[in-house]
Amino acid sequence: MELIWEGILEAIRLLLSGDPEVWQITFLSIGISGIATLLSVVIGLPLGTWLALGKLKGRGCFLSVINTGMALPPVVVGLWVSIFLWRSGPLGDLHLIYTPAAIVIAQLIIAAPLMIGLTVTSLQQLNPNLQLQLLGLGASRRQLILALWREARLPLLAALMAAFGSVISEVGASMMVGGNIRGQTRVLTTAIVLETGKGQFATAIALGFILMLLAYLVNLFFTTVQQRGASQKVS
Amino acid sequence: MKNFRLSPMIYLLVVLIILAACVPAAPANKDLILATTTSTQDSGLLDELVPAFQEETGYLIKTVAVGTGEALEMGKQGNADVLLVHAPASEKELMAEGSGAERLLVMHNDFIIVGSPDDPAGIKGSPTAVEAFQKIAEAQAPFISRGDDSGTHKMELAIWKKAGVTPEGDWYQESGQGMGATLKIASEKNAYTLTDRATYLANKDTLALDILVEGDKGLLNVYHVIVVNPDKHPKVNIEGARAFAAFLTSKAGQAMIGEFGKEKFGQPLFFPDADKTDADLGLE
Repeated sequence: MELIWEGILEAIRLLLSGDPEVWQITFLSIGISGIATLLSVVIGLPLGTWLALGKLKGRGCFLSVINTGMALPPVVVGLWVSIFLWRSGPLGDLHLIYTPAAIVIAQLIIAAPLMIGLTVTSLQQLNPNLQLQLLGLGASRRQLILALWREARLPLLAALMAAFGSVISEVGASMMVGGNIRGQTRVLTTAIVLETGKGQFATAIALGFILMLLAYLVNLFFTTVQQRGASQKVS
Repeated sequence: MKNFRLSPMIYLLVVLIILAACVPAAPANKDLILATTTSTQDSGLLDELVPAFQEETGYLIKTVAVGTGEALEMGKQGNADVLLVHAPASEKELMAEGSGAERLLVMHNDFIIVGSPDDPAGIKGSPTAVEAFQKIAEAQAPFISRGDDSGTHKMELAIWKKAGVTPEGDWYQESGQGMGATLKIASEKNAYTLTDRATYLANKDTLALDILVEGDKGLLNVYHVIVVNPDKHPKVNIEGARAFAAFLTSKAGQAMIGEFGKEKFGQPLFFPDADKTDADLGLE
């Protein structure tokens, strides 16, 4: 029990003291996971829309691969990205290993299947007549897609939150491709592993609180946007 | 399009975040990858040495703290420029294979055997680690092994070999984790384990473990710095690697190593050895 109190007090102390290292780690975590999530939207939204609406053969086969991708273990992603980015690997000359960019790549690979798969589900659960109706009203392809996205905005925002949640909390890939380098690639989750390994449990608990607080604030923002959308939908 | 009206704001936010997250760019040859063991990082030694080196030379070190097995493998693959490791036998293999250009003695600390204060196998005061391990095996007392191919794990396996014991059975458990976590497990399970002194001292307050065996010559934990061979791995930053090796073995570097931890723990955690030879420390 004492340890838990110590952890809570340490968290408050770290937040109030404005320890520059803690802030740097926190901002780096938001930055990396934010960019990875954003890129996963840029890739996942069009690709998921195409998979949901396009007339393609073997959709089930594609979808089962994407859905399996949702269960990709971060360490496996980390291992493969490392193998490609190490100097001895095919992309070694890019010098990306142990940089924030490497973590973004790994997290993008983790988040993209979630975004694609959930986009497909979001669009497929819309009433199929809606599409026909919109086309009947003379909507262009672009107008059609925008209208469908608008209609499915609640589940699409849920997909965004799921993608962000999966990468901000992920540790295996960040550790492997980032290297947990102080001041460069140390993010909240890898810092927690490090502090636990050092036996600094209070600091580890404190960083855990900061991580949860962060996840809460981001989700609060998106949930507010989402629920505002929901009330409009009813009225 | 209410939701999409937010996007300029989000983009602005992301651009700001990118700017905040960006590491100050340095020329490619300023980057130096140091692969080392978790013990040097967990003890906090590197947090003193690395900034001092960076300030003096302008290099930017990327410290990757992994198990000794992985650190050595990174050297063999040319994925690191310089290694700071503590597994002499495996280091020699790496040198023989041609992956290392230079290997210098840096420092040592020592391994100790720790266990719960009631000492069920009665190993306290055993003159050698080998004898203590034999007693533990006879008593089938719980023992936690790192089991991660780290320098500490290699040392432990070497002692079992000398003791003529094949460690297996319910009493012998592998944690597969770093030293700090393994000590915690040993403490929770009333088990014995082999640890380096530095990590034990740094964690002592949270552990119900006492030092039971120490001072055996065979328990020295010797660290070497290895410069990865540019003839074999052309991408290695050889100037940077040489500069770091020179720094560790310089007067100033050695003094920092000798002073580290004295204030906090009342005793040094590492002993500088650059002026000694392997033979002085009982290595072949």
